[in-house]
Parts: sequence; C-alpha cells; structure tokens
Amino acid sequence: MADGSIGLWTVPLAVLGGAIRVSTPFLFVSLGECITERSGRINLGLEGTLVMGAMSAYGISYLTGSPWLGVLAAGITGALLGALHAGICSLPRVNDVAVGIALMLFGTGLAFYLGKPLIEPTAPRLPAIDFGWWSDIPQVRAALRINVLFLIGVALAPILYWAFRTTRWGLLIRTAGESSDAARAMGHSVRLIRLRATMVGGFLAGIGGSFLSLFYPGSWNEGLSSGQGITAVALVIFARWDPLLCLWASLAFGGAAALGPALQSVGVTSGYHLFNAAPYILTLAIMIITCSPKRTLTGAPAELSITR
Amino acid sequence: MDIGRISRRHLLQGGAALTLGAAAGLRPAFAAETTIGFIYVGSRDDYGYNQAHAQGAAALKKIPGLKVVEEEKVPETDAVEKTIESMINLDGATLLFPTSFGYYNPHMIKMASKYPKLRFEHCGGLWSDKDPKNAGSYFGYIDEAQYISGIVAGLTSKSGKLGFVAAKPIPQVLRNINAFTLGAKSVNPKATTQVIFTGDWSMPVKEAEATNSLIDQGVDVLTCHVDGPKTMVENAARRGAFVCGYHTNQSALAPKAYLTGAEWNWEALYPKFVKMIAAGEGIPNFYRGGLKEEIVKVSPYGEAVSAEARKAADEAKAKFLSAEGFAIFKGGLVDNKGKTVIATGTDRGQKDPELEKMDYLVEGVIGATS
Repeated sequence: MADGSIGLWTVPLAVLGGAIRVSTPFLFVSLGECITERSGRINLGLEGTLVMGAMSAYGISYLTGSPWLGVLAAGITGALLGALHAGICSLPRVNDVAVGIALMLFGTGLAFYLGKPLIEPTAPRLPAIDFGWWSDIPQVRAALRINVLFLIGVALAPILYWAFRTTRWGLLIRTAGESSDAARAMGHSVRLIRLRATMVGGFLAGIGGSFLSLFYPGSWNEGLSSGQGITAVALVIFARWDPLLCLWASLAFGGAAALGPALQSVGVTSGYHLFNAAPYILTLAIMIITCSPKRTLTGAPAELSITR
Repeated sequence: MDIGRISRRHLLQGGAALTLGAAAGLRPAFAAETTIGFIYVGSRDDYGYNQAHAQGAAALKKIPGLKVVEEEKVPETDAVEKTIESMINLDGATLLFPTSFGYYNPHMIKMASKYPKLRFEHCGGLWSDKDPKNAGSYFGYIDEAQYISGIVAGLTSKSGKLGFVAAKPIPQVLRNINAFTLGAKSVNPKATTQVIFTGDWSMPVKEAEATNSLIDQGVDVLTCHVDGPKTMVENAARRGAFVCGYHTNQSALAPKAYLTGAEWNWEALYPKFVKMIAAGEGIPNFYRGGLKEEIVKVSPYGEAVSAEARKAADEAKAKFLSAEGFAIFKGGLVDNKGKTVIATGTDRGQKDPELEKMDYLVEGVIGATS
C-alpha cells in the first residue's frame, strides 16, 4: 500500500471505472437505436453516426474552444444523418438494413475524410465532476471522475422507459412500431413518426460520439470507435428494446472492456486475448441463453424488418 | 479511357528513358523525374509509425526531380498488391516503400518477382538470399533509443514501477520492452516494467484502459509500442504520470509529462537511399542501423528530466555512438521465468539475427508473451 498500489483491488475498481468510462457511447447509441427500432425501423448506420459525431464534436470544440458546442454539433450531425436514413427509407421498396449499412460506410468514410486535419490538434475536452472527493485513494478518485454525459445517459434510460409506457409520444412510437396500419387508422403519418424517431436516435448517437472524442479516450483518430456503434446496435436486441436493460447492458459492456487490461496489470497475463474478447463472449453467451427457436424475440416491435 | 492514359504514360516513360540514356554519365540519375511510392497501413498523421514514414517521404519531396506518391490505410492483404500495381502502372513508380510489417511476405515479394526491374524497399522485414534481388529490407535498432528512454524513466520514477502499453508480442515489440527495462535496471536495479498487450496496433479505448490500469497499479512512467501513441500520452499525462514517446516526438501533446522518446529518423535515411541509387551503387538488400547510423534518434529531454538522468542518458548515448558500440543484450541474460536466454560469455550485438527472433521478456518485466 505504501507505494501507492492497491494490488488486486485494481480489477474490480477498473471494471467499475471502465463501466463508467467506456459505457457512455454504448448507452447513448443503444438508447437512440431503441427509440428508432421501437418506431419500427432499424438504423444500422449508427456506427457511422457515432464516428461522424466524434469527428464533428472534436472539430467544433477545436474551432470554437467550447466542448459543449461540440456536443451540440455532434447531436445535430447525428440528427441530420438520421433524417437522411429516414428520408431514403420512406421511399417505396427501400430496405432499411441495406440503407443503414450504406450510411455506416458513408458516415465513417466522410468522418475520416473531413477529420484528416483534426488528428494532430488538441481540442478542449469536456470537464469531469469529481465524485471521489470522499476518498483519499487516488485510484478511487480517478475511477469516480465522471462526465456529465454519463449522468445524462443514466437519467435518460428511466425517462425513456417511463415515456414509452405513459406518454402520448411513447404510445405513438410504439404504435408505429407494432402496427403501422393501426397508426395510420388513427390518422397519424407513420413516415413522420419514424422520421422523428430516427432523427432523435441519430441525435443521441452523435452525442455518444462526442463523448469518445471529447472525454474518453479523448482525442480524434480513425480507430476511435473500433466498432462500438455496431456493438451498441446489437446491444438493443440483447436488451430486448427496453431502455432500462440498455443501461445495464451498456454498463456490463463497459466493465467487460476494462477487464482484459486490468487483469494483465495485476499479473494475470496468460490468455489475455480471451479476456480482451470478454464483451463479445458475453454477447454470445446471453444471446444463446435467451434465444429460443420456438418463439420470436420477446419485446421485438412487430414492424421491424428483421422480425416481420 | 484508361488505355489512353496508360499509353500517354508509356510515351512519357519512353521519352524519359531516352533522355536518361542520352544523359547517362553526364548527370545524376534524377534528370528525368523519378517517382517513388509510399504505402502506409494507417493514417499519415497519426503521431506515430505512419507519421514517421510520412516525414521521411516529405524529406524526399524536397529533392528536385523526385515525385512522391502516397497511399494511406492500405490493409496488409491483397490490397497492398493492388496499390503497388497501380503505383507502378498508373503513376510510373520505380522505387516503392511498402512500410508496414505485414506487407513483406507474400505481397511485396510477389510484386518484386513480377517487376524485376523496379526496386522495393520494405521496412521491418527480414530479407534473405532466397528473396528477389530487387527487394530489400531496412530497419532501425530503435531498442537503442528505448534503452535510453529506460534510463531516463528509471531515474525519474519514484515508485520504480514502469508501464509499457504494447500491441502484440512480436519480436520487435519484445525487443523494445526488454531494452526499455534493461535501461531502467541499469540505473535502478529494482525497477520493474509492467506490460499490457492490447492485441492490435490501434485500439484507442483499450490503450486508454491499459494506461489507467497501469497507473492504478502505482506505475508512474509509461511508454508504449502501438501505432499511435497519442491516446497513451494524453491519458497518462491527465493522470499525472510521466511518459516516454515512441515513433515520433509527442512532446507537443504533453509538454510537462514528456520525458524523452524513441523516434525513427526516416527523414535522414530516405534521402540517403536516394543518393545511393543516384550514385549507382544501389541500396544494400539488408540494411540495418541504430543511433550511430542515424536511423533512430532520441527526443530532446523534457523539463522534468533531472540533471542526473540527463547525464546517465548522455553517457549511454555516447557508448552507442562509439566505434566499438554497445550491446544491450549481454551474456547471462535471464528471462522473467528464470530461464537463461543468452548464455554467459556470448554478447548479442545489435546485428545478431538471433535478436530478431526474440520471444521472451527479460527479468524485471511483469507480463507474458501469450
């Protein structure tokens, strides 16, 4: 202890710290995708939105000196990409999965192209709130330096859960997702509902991207997302389209991502490839446990092109 | 439309060859414009491996008569063969630098056999007599610079715990980890290096997590061997730890935390290669060197480096630069499992090919290669 090390306690602490640090992009993308999918449409392009969000947030933060303007810009970029997806999908005979894949490639490609000059400069980062003031162990303090975006994400999950169940908007989105005929019979435009849901989803995913470039790891480069956007989309299915489960799933993924490096740092060095793969093993395991050939996925919106 | 372009190029090349033939003996080779192709596995401005090569390419662009074509983010697959083909057939490149480790075999070897009149220079590969004569491999003994970083790190660390964020346990990476550790141990026998392998060359989130985990363990000086050290440098500096850089100079990212670093010096080597060709002597197929040959260099010391550390590091540098050189990996070397890996009495000098097969971590490194 005298030398400032906390021995094996590093592992649970790193998993906790990782759950807080790494989970935020998962959380925002999965909540965004949850809204979109509940309205009956899949937007697989959120990986591209995440990367575009990260790039635009970094660029705006660098140019204006205000990271919060960067977050806003990331959200707007995401909403625009969402509008593009919804716009193309509202044309007849368009497959939303294919459009999503195209937009994923488009978003990452465009972000790499526009982000070229942003790799070198250092942009102002988002501040962190120190929740570890009560502890004098520096490791605990470091793990509890929490960004506001994480707190917003955590608050958003129960709000969405409540909104889906009890508000008029929640009901409309669910109606569009369960039966577009019913929504139409009620006199609502399904196209408009899905446009809005996809834009809100994109907005949230863009903000998730801004967390990557402006807080943790905290700089723009092309390997930044390493597939987190896609993982988060899969996470929605895994969380059964339930915002509260999205929160827990994101935390579990964040913690699992921290497991590999943390185990190596305390000397568990064999099989690190396996531990680095922990998030994916976790996904596979839960998918296998919860899937059944006898019924469709519980909670799946009936209008989704994958369940229809 | 391509046919028109190619035939025009062929005409130009033919014309160039004629001019060159007429001028032979009177003027150096670059009377006609020579095109050199550079291929990078990642982004050119990654503050790391690829940027170091791009700085070398930029040095060539300044030489009159040379044209440099570059392509970034070419994967280590058949894609690199296509890039090489297009650089040769569309841009008329006659000297190619596929700079990433995985380009060498089979891709570059295949292309070198197909175009025997062109010259291929690979960074990091191991050219052997079986490979085509128009291919070559060059590399720098950057572990010399890592050894000096280790000395500075060993004398700066208060806990005696150093950290190393590494990508994959391949010989070049292990050599750096070991040299860094041996440098630190030469000034502080109790120093240890904790290594974390992230599994790939560019994994920013894993690199940030590794950096945080190491610092949680009491590590107070970190270095790395990944493609872009920016993530490690910035995150370590935010936590108040010191860093030693890698590939290029990252001091601009963390001026207070940056101690020193192991840098490539391609901007000195590539113009040298071009001069060799111009002089008609050709580039040796197997080209290696360290600090003395100016293929690698050490970043200027940061403000946190003590006078004692500067002195020890400068002394080590002088030994590397001396005529007899200095062997990092000396006889009696024990790995971190207690096995003697270099028998007593046999010093392995830098050029020893045995070192290029390194598969162990020396005593003092906490970590495992698998």
